[in-house]
Amino acid sequence: MIEQAYDVVVVGGGPAGLAAAVSASDNGALRVLVIERDRELGGILQQCIHNGFGLHRFQQELTGPGYAGRYIRMVGERPNIAVLLDTMVLSVAGDKTILAVNPRDGLLKITAAAVVFAMGCRERTRGAIRIPGSRPAGVFTAGAAQRMVNMEGYLPGKKIVILGSGDIGLIMARRLSLEGCDVKAVLEIMPYSNGLTRNVVQCLEDFGIPLHLSHTVVGVHGKDRVTGITCAKVDDALRPVPGSEFDLECDCLLLSVGLIPENELSGDLGIEMDGLTGGPVVDQLRQTSLPGFFAAGNVVHVHDLVDFVSEEGETAGKYAARHACGLSSSVGRLARIMASDGVRTAVPQVVRLDDVRTAPVRLYMRVARPERRVTLRLLSNSELLLERVLPVAKPGEMVVADIPADKLRAIGDVVTVVLRRQGGEQGE
Amino acid sequence: MPSNDRTDVIIVGGGIVGAAIARELAKYDLNVLLLERHPDLAMETTKANSAILHAGFDASPGSLKALLNVRGNELFRQLQADLGLELKLTGSLVVATSAAEMDAIGELYSRGGENGVPGLKILSREQVLDIEPNLTEQTLGALHAPTAGIISPFGAALAFAENAALNGVKIIRECPVTAIAVTDGRIAGVHTPHGFIAARFVVNAAGVGADTVSRLAGDDSFRIKPRKGEYLLFDKKASCLVKTVVFPTPTKVSKGILVSPTVHGNMFVGPNALDCRDADDVDTSAAGLAEIVAGAEKLVPGIPVGASITQFAGLRAVADGGDFIIGPSPAVGGLVHAAGIQSPGLTAAPAIAERVAAVLRDLGLEMKPNRRFNPVNPPRVLFSELDAAARQALIRENPLYGRVICRCETITEGEIVAAIHSVCGARTVDGVKRRTRAGMGRCQGGFCGPRVTAILARELSLPVTAVRKDTVGSYLFFDKIPRLCEVDSR
Ligand SMILES: Cc1cc2nc3c(=O)[nH]c(=O)nc-3n(C[C@H](O)[C@H](O)[C@H](O)COP(=O)(O)OP(=O)(O)OC[C@H]3O[C@@H](n4cnc5c(N)ncnc54)[C@H](O)[C@@H]3O)c2cc1C
Ligand SMILES: Cc1cc2nc3c(=O)[nH]c(=O)nc-3n(C[C@H](O)[C@H](O)[C@H](O)COP(=O)(O)OP(=O)(O)OC[C@H]3O[C@@H](n4cnc5c(N)ncnc54)[C@H](O)[C@@H]3O)c2cc1C
Repeated sequence: MIEQAYDVVVVGGGPAGLAAAVSASDNGALRVLVIERDRELGGILQQCIHNGFGLHRFQQELTGPGYAGRYIRMVGERPNIAVLLDTMVLSVAGDKTILAVNPRDGLLKITAAAVVFAMGCRERTRGAIRIPGSRPAGVFTAGAAQRMVNMEGYLPGKKIVILGSGDIGLIMARRLSLEGCDVKAVLEIMPYSNGLTRNVVQCLEDFGIPLHLSHTVVGVHGKDRVTGITCAKVDDALRPVPGSEFDLECDCLLLSVGLIPENELSGDLGIEMDGLTGGPVVDQLRQTSLPGFFAAGNVVHVHDLVDFVSEEGETAGKYAARHACGLSSSVGRLARIMASDGVRTAVPQVVRLDDVRTAPVRLYMRVARPERRVTLRLLSNSELLLERVLPVAKPGEMVVADIPADKLRAIGDVVTVVLRRQGGEQGE
Repeated sequence: MPSNDRTDVIIVGGGIVGAAIARELAKYDLNVLLLERHPDLAMETTKANSAILHAGFDASPGSLKALLNVRGNELFRQLQADLGLELKLTGSLVVATSAAEMDAIGELYSRGGENGVPGLKILSREQVLDIEPNLTEQTLGALHAPTAGIISPFGAALAFAENAALNGVKIIRECPVTAIAVTDGRIAGVHTPHGFIAARFVVNAAGVGADTVSRLAGDDSFRIKPRKGEYLLFDKKASCLVKTVVFPTPTKVSKGILVSPTVHGNMFVGPNALDCRDADDVDTSAAGLAEIVAGAEKLVPGIPVGASITQFAGLRAVADGGDFIIGPSPAVGGLVHAAGIQSPGLTAAPAIAERVAAVLRDLGLEMKPNRRFNPVNPPRVLFSELDAAARQALIRENPLYGRVICRCETITEGEIVAAIHSVCGARTVDGVKRRTRAGMGRCQGGFCGPRVTAILARELSLPVTAVRKDTVGSYLFFDKIPRLCEVDSR
């Protein structure tokens, strides 16, 4: 078995992993390795041929492969970054021994001084949301369909219904319309879309595709191929309303019903997980509960913008390099970030506090439901660390806020994050 | 060697029963043909049931069900090594939660004794909770059957079929029997879309379609009523809830909704029981799924519904009278039924096969032993269960074993290609799934589905658009519509 040793090993070669590798290399790691199971780097971006990537990072509207290409070039320019493609990481042990496999080398045993998890996420499937009915061909997750259409050149159907108005569902509605398909409708169980507003406008409204909010699929029909679906309105508890059912004729149902961070490797290690994000609990350096194990990108929490993924990758890579060089990041006291009152998740989940760290701490939050004119407040030891007025807040769009550096000293064991409706009452 | 010009026996139906009969007949010097209408075997009831190797205390003493269940259980345990069956003898518990139910399990205990079930015991509350700590607080005791187990039902059917084929049985898929020719009151042969096949004997192992097949020959002696059972299957992380097969105390009509591990390390709950009209209605319903979860909650509180990964339904082939119908047709010479094979038909299958062989012999079929009969299937490579040295050697020999295609179950391209090219190999995406587990994990093929499709297309020399999910017409993808494509503006 081939055995190799590296300072920093990055698992996953999507935008998070690439940014982590570049940053590890730039911050003192001598030998860096990226392991990617696909045949090329770039992760999910390679199938996202639409534009809209990189507005923050490059002040340009790039396509997914265009954005990935920039980072792949940066990796290529750094001779101390090795890349293993077509290679699957099978397991990672607590002593940072990584077992991987590929057709050329067989099994590989790789040791690392620091590990960055950047495995991205997978899609929630039909079984997970329990859509009753028959099980014919023609039910796909939107991401799998996107890969088939954009990378392999095949269509998943011709008359399409999409369940879920997350970004992948919206993008696929437009893509399939452009490919000549008849996209009948997008159904969304919530009373609001989970996608970015710009995608609702550019992918549905511009194409005249109806979006049925508070609707879901209650039956799939067809023996060989899908022949249609039954949908229904849902009540406040998201239960189908009897009598509201109607049928849509279609030969394909695409599911865009959520992404689940891909944490089998990290979970097996016993790393502490956040039940709401589905990712590991991390601090502001993106270190997990196990020293020397870092995480970035969709494996931590589902991002809407790749720019933030890259930023998170940079942070993780930098501190992984520091860790590998013997500069431990695990000193200082920890404070917990507690999301409550209308805020569903906050990353990082813990803040590491010591006397030397003076950078502001950036929090990425998702609200629990759409709100208008609310105030976001961060409190600790009953001191107000931060207050910001949000004219609108939507679950589909991450809220970003910084805890100012000069406030870090005031932090106790817990920081509470709350939303207040204007007028002072709590956001439920 | 059987000669090619004359078919002795045609088996209609490639479920577990037809497959077990095919393998049993392969032990003799006969020309045997198995015809299945779907692109693969085990696509009907055999793929959607509780997958339990029943011990045999349920059925009334003296019935075929009782007799063949106990014998089938014994045969399965003998065949496990030869056929490489995925089978675990977990034991089963019938849990009682009231005094009346304690009486009822006492009755099952004596019934089991009469049926010849070995090792049955009534356990106290403490003993039961010791084995299964997650059972309901209401548990008073349970009947423990050590010979019960769990099995891969489609895996077993495919293993029987593979062994039959290796020993000379011809298996033809996508070949429905559409008519049966009878001359002078005797079977002459069967009609299929591929032509007429002459044969002396026809064995009817057509599952819920057995009454239809029987009527094709002019024998209207029984009816099959399909009765649906729905299931919910859970992620492996839920499988720590139970280690054994856990039944409630049965009522007069059903064995009830159970909670059980599967041989692949998942857990399921189900089935309910709904009479239905169509022999191909395997739709699941929201009401049914709610019913099975509620039922399972009574046994094991706190069923983690959010960890479910798929749902499915199977049809019980309920015949008039309720017992198996195994024997010569009362109306047509040379027609032998293996019909009404509802639960415990999976467990009983190898014993049903023995019985069908005996019936054929009684009907005058000459059965000389096949001297070349090899009872053992070639070993199947399971990459995820090999140690490092074995994996390394395998990849050196065939690099495709170094490419993981299904990440949830760690299934390699080498295993998928082997499954496609094995005897009676996979032709569909679900066929690959049933042979290798690729796509059976928590992402349910979301990731590997397109890759498996591409491998099938390559290995079978098909265009991607000709690759199917499971049934004859279940094509997965279409070609792009050239003229309407965004970049192609001719
Ligand atoms: C349809 C869609 C549309 C989007 N649109 C936009 C947009 O318009 N603008 C925008 O800014 N962002 C957009 N995004 C978001 C952005 O693309 C993602 O957030 C980003 O790609 C996530 O990066 P990642 O590196 O965390 O994960 P991924 O890109 O998923 O990369 C993870 C990588 O890890 C590899 N991997 C996983 N497990 C293993 C293992 N065990 N061994 C080896 N390798 C492994 C995977 O193969 C993969 O390459 C979109 C996303 C999607 C899906
Ligand atoms: C809900 C449920 C739970 C069960 N649980 C258990 C259990 O735990 N343990 C147990 O031992 N048993 C169990 N059983 C019973 C067991 O599953 C069945 O007895 C067994 O699978 C029947 O196998 P079969 O081969 O007779 O039928 P099938 O598997 O249905 O096979 C019949 C085959 O015949 C083919 N066919 C039909 N007509 C034609 C035609 N005209 N031409 C060509 N082919 C044709 C069909 O396509 C099909 O493949 C259960 C059954 C159900 C429904």
